[in-house]
Order: sequence, then structure tokens, then C-alpha cells
Amino acid sequence: MTVGTVTRRLHRLERPALAGVLYREIVNFGTYWRSATFSSTVEPTIYLLAFGFGFGSLVSRVGGYDYVEFVGTGTVATAVLFSSVFPGMFSTFVKHRFQRTYDAILAAPVDTEELVTAEALWIALRAGVYGCAPLLVAIAFGLDPRPQMIAVPFIGFVAGYGWAGFGITVAATMKSIDNFSYVISAVITPLFLVAGTFFPITGLPEWAQHLAQLNPLYHTVQLVRHAAFGFEVGADLVHWAALLTFGVAMWRLSVWRMTRRLVL
Amino acid sequence: MLTVAVKADIALRMRGVTKRFGPITAVNGLDLDVPAGTCVGLLGPNGAGKSTTMKMLTAQAIADEGELEVLGYRLPGESKQARAECGVVPQLDNLDVTLTVEQNLRVFAWLYRLGRHERGPAVERALEIANLVHRRSTRVDELSGGMRRRLLIARALVHRPRLVLLDEPTVGLDPQVRQELWALIDGLRSEGTSILMSTHYIEEAERLADTVTIMSEGKAVVTGRPQELVAEHAGSEVLEVYGPPDRLAEVEQTAVAGGLRTRRTGTSVAVVGIEDANGFAHEGARRPATLEDVFVLLTGEDIE
Repeated sequence: MTVGTVTRRLHRLERPALAGVLYREIVNFGTYWRSATFSSTVEPTIYLLAFGFGFGSLVSRVGGYDYVEFVGTGTVATAVLFSSVFPGMFSTFVKHRFQRTYDAILAAPVDTEELVTAEALWIALRAGVYGCAPLLVAIAFGLDPRPQMIAVPFIGFVAGYGWAGFGITVAATMKSIDNFSYVISAVITPLFLVAGTFFPITGLPEWAQHLAQLNPLYHTVQLVRHAAFGFEVGADLVHWAALLTFGVAMWRLSVWRMTRRLVL
Repeated sequence: MLTVAVKADIALRMRGVTKRFGPITAVNGLDLDVPAGTCVGLLGPNGAGKSTTMKMLTAQAIADEGELEVLGYRLPGESKQARAECGVVPQLDNLDVTLTVEQNLRVFAWLYRLGRHERGPAVERALEIANLVHRRSTRVDELSGGMRRRLLIARALVHRPRLVLLDEPTVGLDPQVRQELWALIDGLRSEGTSILMSTHYIEEAERLADTVTIMSEGKAVVTGRPQELVAEHAGSEVLEVYGPPDRLAEVEQTAVAGGLRTRRTGTSVAVVGIEDANGFAHEGARRPATLEDVFVLLTGEDIE
């Protein structure tokens, strides 16, 4: 008996599978975009205002820039971090453990690699957009707009992709959402120390300055700052390479961890 | 992309499939066939391995041993192709609760790769099958349990699958809703869709399944048509004897001594195959043997 005519071969990372997962995210985003946008833009803006005008009244210039401009560009990186690593961790965990969304998706012709890739792409896209909010605020408070700033959403996208992968890896590894506190306190918060977000890393001990080279947040800060104040080709190639390496490494790690979690 | 016609009389075939989780063997050498166009009931108590079997069929669990073939595709290697032509109704609700009924269906029309012009009609058809047309704009978290269940079935049918996997499709639902869903599933079977349905409701399997496989401790204990299984394993009549525990123990003793099989049914003892017993000493209520008698006799376990 002929049951039917079927397509015989499906490949890895197929566009229809990625589009399906992205479409689901976009439709869902329609139900919570207000709260997500509020938290992802207002929080870094408050940082910018607090540090920029709080410390700014004590410290007028840092590293050759006005302090509010220095912090404004640094805050872009924190906005990218917050709007990518937390959705990567919390949303992924909730969808996987509590809503069983991934069980539903994996029953369709979508594999874990496509699922994780599309989830990270969506988070990165949002991070690229949300990362621009503090920059716009900084411009409103006196930062000169430059054409090179068009690179900022792309920097946010690449960095956000890596952080989303990191978050998904955490979500796939931790057994309880309570354990996220360890990652936030022991990994994410210390990254601020050696990122040059609110103060230049040149004031830190030498070992901390070396450590900064391993910190993706530092490379994000540097790229955003150079987009605002002028690119330094040699150094920026290194920063791009670091961010791309981080993105690829976290992508593969998150796919591996999530596959281990979802496929028994 | 290569397109070929797959010839198959069997929609689903499992041979010697074993799945272990550490020291626990959840599925142990399972053989199972779902002939094309039929409904097979996978019946078993909790922990029998039904859900693990379902997970293996969608490659969310990988078998340690054995062969799995779904719609002519070998699993797990060709699982994605198989899933493109299967519909899955999970045991636990995994709908997007903040989306509307229609949005949920549309998301899966995308995930099942329907073309741009196919999605709208597919969603309409699924809404009609599940009788949810008037609820298309309702958010899922505002639906009743029965409606959510119907939506899960509609979601699994949005791409016109050739095989539908139903994992405990009516668990936790009240009798009216259950019967409504049975009508829906029966309609699918009538249209020629192949169905594998795991359940621990005996009546559900009896009403809907062409053949039933009873599982216990990860193994298929017996397979056959419900009435044939009843006739073969429980005869035609059962004597239900009620009374205090002492009396029930005495009935059991007498029955076993006479070569009859018994099972406890809460406050009574059921003596199976009573039509063959001459001069059984105890009085009780006679009733036709059921699949439930077969189930308990073969699995030795209580059921819901």
C-alpha cells in the first residue's frame, strides 16, 4: 500500500525550522514586549543617569572622555548583557522545565540545534536593539552622534548571541532555578569589575587587566566606545575576533548542553 | 531535495527496543507494530514504559538497543523526516498559554513547514476538527481543560499527519469531555489516519483501538484485538463475589483449588472464566469478562 509521497531528506540548521521557532518567539513577544522592553531599557538608563550624573559630578573626565559619555557607551554593553544573558537563563529554563515548550517544538521537525540556534538568534536580535537605548539617552545628554554608531546594534547582536548561548548553557545545566544565583553572583557580577564599563581598567592591578582580555563584556565595551569615539582598526579586529569566538563557543556549548538535557 | 514514494503497510514498527535510565530499564525488548490506517492502544499501568516508548518515537529518548521505524524512516537518524509526518498529542499540556487558540495553531503550521498559502486553510481545518472555531481568539489560559485538550489534538493535526501519537489523551478529564475526545479520535481513525494511543484507561482502549498491546515493566505482555484478548485470557464470564475479607479469602481459595483464576476488585473477588466451572460453590453476580480483567490478570497490577 502506498501511504504517501514524502520528502526524504532533511538537513541540519534548516531555514524553515529556524523560521518556525523564530515565528513562535515573535508571536509570543507580542504578549510581553512592554515589560521586556521596559526592564531592558529603563534599567541601564538608570545606571547611566546614576553613574553619569552621580559620579559625573565628582569626576568630570575619564580616559580622555566626558564621564557621562564614558559611562553612556559602557552602559550599552551592560544593556546587551542584561537583555541577553537573563532571557537565555530564565526564559529558557521556564520554557524547558515549567511550560514544556521545547517538548512541543521537538515533536515537530525541529532538532535541538535548530531550536537553540533560533532561540539565541532571537535573544541576540533583541539585545542588539535594546543595547541602543542607553546610547540614545547618552546622545540626549550630550554625546555627539557619529555615523560609526550604526555598528552598535551589530556589536550588540554578536555579543548578545554569545551571552544568550551562555544563558542557555546555564539553563540546560542547572537543576534548579535557585542555582542561578551562583552564576549571577560568581560569574556575571564580577565581569563588571574587569570590563571598563564604569571606570577604565587601567586603574586595576595588572593581573585584572590581563583577565579583562578574556571578558567578552570588556570587548563589547571597547567596540561600542570606539564606535562612538573613533575606531582603532588593529585593536578592534581583536575585539571582534574575541566576540565572534565567544559567540561560536557559546553556541556550540549551548547546543551540546541542551541536547543532553532534552534528549534522554 | 530528494522526494520518493514510501511503500508501507506498517506505519510504525519497533523490534527489540530497550531503553535504560541508569539501573532502571524503562523499556525492555519491546516489539510493537501499528498497521497503516489502524488505531493501536498501548495499555499499561503507570511506570510500564508507555511514555518512554512515546518519547523514543519522537527521538526525545534514544533507544539503547533495537530497531525503530516510523512511516518508513529509521529512527533516530531519520527522526526529523518522520516527525514532519507525525502528529503528537502529549500527556502534559504544553500549549503557549498567553497566545490565542488560533495563534497556537499558526505557530505549529510554521513549525510543520506548511507553505504560506497552506497555513490559513490548515488552521481553519484544525479549528473545525476540534470544534474551536468560536474560540479562535480566546487566550489558552482562558480555556477549559477539555478545550485545551481539543486544542492539543488540533495542533497535532494541523499538517494532516499520517500517524498520530496520542500519549494519555484524556487523562484527568471528566467523562463528558473524554467521550467528546473519543469521538474526535474515532473520526481520525475513520479517515484512515494511523494512531498509536497510550492510555491506562481500559474503556478508552476498548472503544477506540483496533488492537491493544498490554505493557508491563517495559515489555509487551500481549497483543491482539480487545475481544480476542478477553476471550483468550478471561473467558466469557466473570463471577463477582462480595463480602467480608474472610469470605473473599475463602472464595479465592476455592477458585484456585478448582483451577480458576481470580483477581481482587476492591471490595470483591472476581472469579474469571466461571462459565467453565461446574458447581462452583459460591454465589455472586455474573457479568461479561472485560479487558480490565485481562489487564489485571496479565500485569498483576492495579489500575485507575
